[in-house]
Parts: sequence; C-alpha cells; structure tokens
Amino acid sequence: MTGVPGLAMSSSAAGRAATPAVSFAPRPRRTPLGDAWNRLRRDRGAIVGLSLITVMVLLAFGAPLLAPHDPIEQTLIKRLQPPSAEFLFGTDDLGRDVFSRVLHGGRISLRVGIISVALGTVTGAFLGLLSGYAGRWIDSVISRSMEIVLAFPGTLLAIAIVAARGPGLQNTMLAVGLVSVPVYARLMRAGVLSLREREFVTAARCLGASDQRILFSHILPNGLTPLIVQSTLGIAGAIVEAAALGFLGLGAQPPAAEWGAMLTDARNFLLNAPWAMIFPGLAIMVTVLGFNLFGDGVRDALDPQMKQ
Amino acid sequence: MLRYTIRRLIETVPVLVGVSVVVFMFLRLIPGDPALTLLGERATEANLARVREQLGIDQPIYIQYWRYMRGVMQFDVGKSIRSNRPIADEARGRFPATIELATTALVLATAVGVTGGIIAGVGRGTFADHVARVVSLGGVSIPIFWLGLVLIWVFAVELGWLPADGRLSASMKYSPRTGFVLIDGLIAARYDLVRDALWHLVLPAVALSTVPMAVIMRMTRSAMLEVLRADYIRTARAKGLSERIVTARHAVKNAALPVVTTIGLQVGFLLSGAILTETIFSWPGIGRWVFDSILLRDYPVVQGMTLMVATIFVTVNLVVDLIYAALDPRISYQ
Repeated sequence: MTGVPGLAMSSSAAGRAATPAVSFAPRPRRTPLGDAWNRLRRDRGAIVGLSLITVMVLLAFGAPLLAPHDPIEQTLIKRLQPPSAEFLFGTDDLGRDVFSRVLHGGRISLRVGIISVALGTVTGAFLGLLSGYAGRWIDSVISRSMEIVLAFPGTLLAIAIVAARGPGLQNTMLAVGLVSVPVYARLMRAGVLSLREREFVTAARCLGASDQRILFSHILPNGLTPLIVQSTLGIAGAIVEAAALGFLGLGAQPPAAEWGAMLTDARNFLLNAPWAMIFPGLAIMVTVLGFNLFGDGVRDALDPQMKQ
Repeated sequence: MLRYTIRRLIETVPVLVGVSVVVFMFLRLIPGDPALTLLGERATEANLARVREQLGIDQPIYIQYWRYMRGVMQFDVGKSIRSNRPIADEARGRFPATIELATTALVLATAVGVTGGIIAGVGRGTFADHVARVVSLGGVSIPIFWLGLVLIWVFAVELGWLPADGRLSASMKYSPRTGFVLIDGLIAARYDLVRDALWHLVLPAVALSTVPMAVIMRMTRSAMLEVLRADYIRTARAKGLSERIVTARHAVKNAALPVVTTIGLQVGFLLSGAILTETIFSWPGIGRWVFDSILLRDYPVVQGMTLMVATIFVTVNLVVDLIYAALDPRISYQ
C-alpha cells in the first residue's frame, strides 16, 4: 500500500484505486495480512488498545523484577496504609503492598484469559469444522449440543461448573473456556458451509486432494478470520468472567494475588482503605478495554466492509 | 405465523430436554461421594443416608433422571440440604426481589441505550456520538462487581446519599402481598414504601444495567447508521419531510428490529449478573441465594436455580424470535 497519498485515507478504496497506476515499476508485494496490518495501523482505537495490552503484558512479565514488595508477604503493622512513596497503591487489610499484588495479578489474569480462549477457540473450531464438513447426523448432534450450551447464560454456567468441580484457577479456565465453545463452533461451521461450495475447494477436490487436506489446507485458513476477531474480543470477556469467579471466591485461592479475589478482601474496608478496591478494579478495566479496542480494530481491519 | 410459532415451539423442546440433562448431570460433576461432599467429614451415617436418598443417588442413573424430571414437571426440584424445605417454596419468596431488580435495570438500560444510540447514530461524528462511543466501550469493559463497589464507596460510604444494601430500610414495616415492593406499595398507597424501595434500587440497578446499556447503545447506533443509508430515507428527505419525522417515523422504526433482539438477549446477562450484583448489595433475591448456596455446598439449590434460569432464558429467546417474526413482514414462515 504505497503512494497515492490522496487516497491513503479511505482504507479499502485505496487498494483498488492503486491498480490503474501508470508506473510499471515493481511494487512491494502485497499480502492480505499486510493490507490488514496497514489498515490496523491507521486505526487510532486499535493502536491505543494494542498499547494498553503491551503495557499490561510487560508489567505482568516484569512483575518479579518491578514489584517493590513480595505480593503475599504480610506486614501487619503496616496494614491499611494509604498510597505513599513506599506503597504506591497503599496496603491492604493484611499489610500487603497493593501495587505489587496488582502487578502479579496481571500474570494470573492474562494467563487465564489467553488459556481459556485458546481452549474455547481450538475446541470450537474443531467441532465447527467437523460439523460443517461432515454434515448429516454429525452436524445435527454437534449443532444441537451447542444450542443446549447456549441455552445457559454464560457466566451462570461457568459459576455452576466451578461450583461443582471445586474452586481454583484450573477449573476457572476450564469453565470459562468451555462456555465459549459454541460461539467459535458456530462461526467455524458457518465459514465451512460457505467455503466448501467455492471454486477453489472444488478445484482442490478435482485435483484429488483428500478430505483432510481440503479441510486443513484450504477451508481452515480461509475460515479463520471471524475466529481471530472473536477470540481477540473473547480474551476481554474471559478476563472479566475469570475475575468475577475470583471475586465470588471460586477462582484463584488465597493468598494468590488475583484481581477479582483482591476485590473480595477490599470490600470490607471501603471506608478505611478504598485504594485496595480501586486499583485492582482499574487494572481489570484497563486490560479489558485494551482487548476490546484492539478486537474492534482487528475486526475492521480484517473485514473492511463491515466497518460502520 | 401460526405454523411458524408452532414450529419454533416444537424446536424448543429438544433444547429444554438437553438443558434438563445437563442440569441433572450437574451433581455428577462433583468429585467423590456427593453426600459426603455436601455434608462434610463429620456427617453422621444417618444424615449421609438421608442425603443420598434425597439426591436419589442410590438408584440407577436413568431412574434418577426420570424421577428428577417427574418432579420438575410438577415444579418440584427437590429440597434444600440446609433448610430441608422445598426449593420451589424458598424460591417463590426470593423471586420477586430479583425480577424487580432485573426489570428496573433492563428498563434503565433500554431507555439510556436506545436514546443514546439514536442520538449518536443521527449525529454521526458529533460530540454526542463520541460520548456515546466512549460510554458504550467503557460499559462493556468495566467489571460490574467493581463498578458496584465503586458506587457503594462514592454514594453510600463517602457521600451518604444512597443506601448500600438490602431492599428496604430496617425501619420500614410492611406485609408482602405480591412480593414486589413497588407494586405492593402502590396498591396500598404507601408512598413512603415506594420511595424507600426506589431509593434502595438505584445503586444495584445502575450497576446491573451498565453492560446491557452499553450493548444496546452500540447496537442501536449501528442499526441507525445502517438504516439512514437506505434509499427510502433519501426518498423521505427528497419529498420534503422534516428531519425529525424522517428520524422518528422512518429510521427508528426500521432500526428497531435488531435492537429488539439485542434487548432480549440481555435477559441472560441480567440473570447471571444478578448473582454478582445481589451479592455486593445484599439484595435478598435468587442471585444471592445461589451464591450463598454455593458457599454452603447446598448443591440442589444451585441445580434447581440453574434449571430455572436457563428455562427463563430459553423462553425469552423464543418470545423475542416470535416478536421479531411478527414485526418483520419480510421473514418467511416456511
């Protein structure tokens, strides 16, 4: 996407208008992914989102080095201290440094968000491929099962699963991931259904490609776009859901520094130590905002026609 | 339309059966002996036997399911382990509190979301549009349990303007008739009661309405943008109609369809969001009861309420589908 400065502003038009250029000089090779990146780069919201995500990831990775105090060490004589130079975000009811806990909490939340979305996307994509390509009774069984899962409000189902399986991070990731499977399965299935009638698939079949090859080399890569968009936004939802489970006492167990669980502790000290409640919540919000902004940008970049 | 309605009704049956199987399997997810898990290590053998029998786990699984479903058909989803009272009876007392909260939140979310979305869509790129976009983005990104705590801290703890917990002040004496405080208060012309109840509703309803409000606003905005591009809008303007009439009569009506669906979909969120909101605001409804029951390992309650909420959710979605079909003459019923 070089040259034609006047058209560079309108993203999708620029690509098409560049074709009748007079110059025959070799242009840099354009790929669909490169085009998408160029559109994404010009989207202010997406860049803000990406920056927020980058900052949160760096803080989480650097937590052991950056945190001035141990996140779970209790110093009871310094409990409920307001923010100061020593304790940037103050201390909680057990005298733990809120700043250090927020930094370490990012490690848990980001991990939970990414792992549960990965679980949901991979399982959903597999079921969707199978359902859309195999058709017949396999499709019916999978589609009906997905409808049944969708009949439960997501958070409630996740809470019920964790309540039954027992609290903890692992079950949180499992529950949050499982609840999201139908969304990905449906997207993938819809993609397969429209793609398998396309000429390039017929061509591949005429050349004698096996079902497996058609499915994984031709259909899957072309049907991935909506899944990528959905999983970026899905990370935002997964982080909130996991934090909600933590807040209810069903996620990470004490003394782990997890954002949701930190809010549970801080709840009883709103009058004396509001900072212990404010900062973990802000951290959740900033991270989730980042993924939402970036996800919206990715959607617009990968599918310019959908942009409103 | 009748045939379409009947077909949709029939299609719902397998989903509901599936839901009941999933909910039934819920107790089987508990690792080990459920009776022992429910009652704890120090339970007496007699109590363990009672719970095992109550849960029906001494029977083969298909008989267990058959028994469970026979109960469900008669609105009997078992007894609470803690209180030993029928779950349906206990739910009846708590249900109105949740419905009152969820309805208020939905009305609030719809009013603000639809209005904001229309203003933003009509005035695309204006200051109001930017505000609406920031609000709807913030709304979906803010965790409601945190928002609830912030609201309590600001409006109850620091400013002291609004109450932070319960449905009514302790000094309010009243005997429930319908269980809906607002309705009871209006019937009995007890305006002090109504005012007190509304006062208690403000914070939890605002917290619960945030996410649906943001989603509805976003949907309304994009539906308006879509509709305003249509040819019939150009025609309406060309024949000299005022911008107000074009917006109100032509645009909003046609943008309403996707918005109705979106509003319907929020019911699921409201019902699960109620668990968080009611816990934070000590609201004596279903959500808080489910949460307490999880902590007390009173699993039959969690099971029964999950089934109830999922059934409500499926029903609401069905109704929304039917409304959609009735509103849109283009949908074919075949």
